[in-house]
Amino acid sequence: MIIGPRLLPLWAVGLGTLLPVAVPATAAPHSYTVVIDKLKFGPLPAQLHKGDTIIWVNKDMFRHSATATDHSFDVDLMPGKAGKIVLNKTGSIAFICRYHPNMRGVLQVK
Amino acid sequence: MIYRSSLFAAAAILTFSGTALAADAPNDAQIAHIAYTAGALDVAAGKQALAKSKNKVVRDFAQEMVQDHTAVNDKALALVKKLHVTPQDNPTSQALTKAADSERSKLAAMSGASFDREYISNEVAYHKTVNGALEKTLIPSAKNAELKSLLETGLKLFEEHQAHAEQVAKELK
Repeated sequence: MIIGPRLLPLWAVGLGTLLPVAVPATAAPHSYTVVIDKLKFGPLPAQLHKGDTIIWVNKDMFRHSATATDHSFDVDLMPGKAGKIVLNKTGSIAFICRYHPNMRGVLQVK
Repeated sequence: MIYRSSLFAAAAILTFSGTALAADAPNDAQIAHIAYTAGALDVAAGKQALAKSKNKVVRDFAQEMVQDHTAVNDKALALVKKLHVTPQDNPTSQALTKAADSERSKLAAMSGASFDREYISNEVAYHKTVNGALEKTLIPSAKNAELKSLLETGLKLFEEHQAHAEQVAKELK
């Protein structure tokens, strides 16, 4: 054995730490959080890409949802809970809260 | 129209409280009572609609009213308990209750599309009245910061509900 058993884990750990830096930023899907508070969707992430995840955090005492008007995603959000979706298409995706249709926003996905 | 006149009476009392603010503002115990009553009356109206309406859009709206106002009122109850405040009955709560009682009797005699239209148009009017009261009288008069903050959330909710009711009213035409 050229690589001793004690050396291998160290080498693996070293590569593991370097890996995220080496890969271009656009290749790996990102995860973003959108906070819902006082019957409003908070700031939306700007640089979204297909495959990215959005975690919707409902800080209200009310039940909400994040529902795409084109039905590409729909997540029910109980009071104080969070839910996530994965963006499966590109373009402008308008969404509303199913229970409070005047709560709305548009995601721009590249 | 018995009901309309009593809603106007309620609105008049609420407006009067607004003009008489400096001299005779409601205290926190009365404000808590008014806010709780306003929510509870809308929950009752929503339950009536759920029992009577077959229209999905109307039922979804009614379900939202029951759900949201129950959530706020649960918080309100927890808050008055924490603050050791006993909600105090007052002419505004009584006027709101009287108006809602006659509307409930009126709706009880209706069915189908006419029930749906009357329920929704009353919801628009009701939320407008309560919004005005929250904005002009209840929020400015509230002394306790936590009560004020809960009322502000209540106002946002009532505004959202008013917009939703207006939207449903358009769909029913």
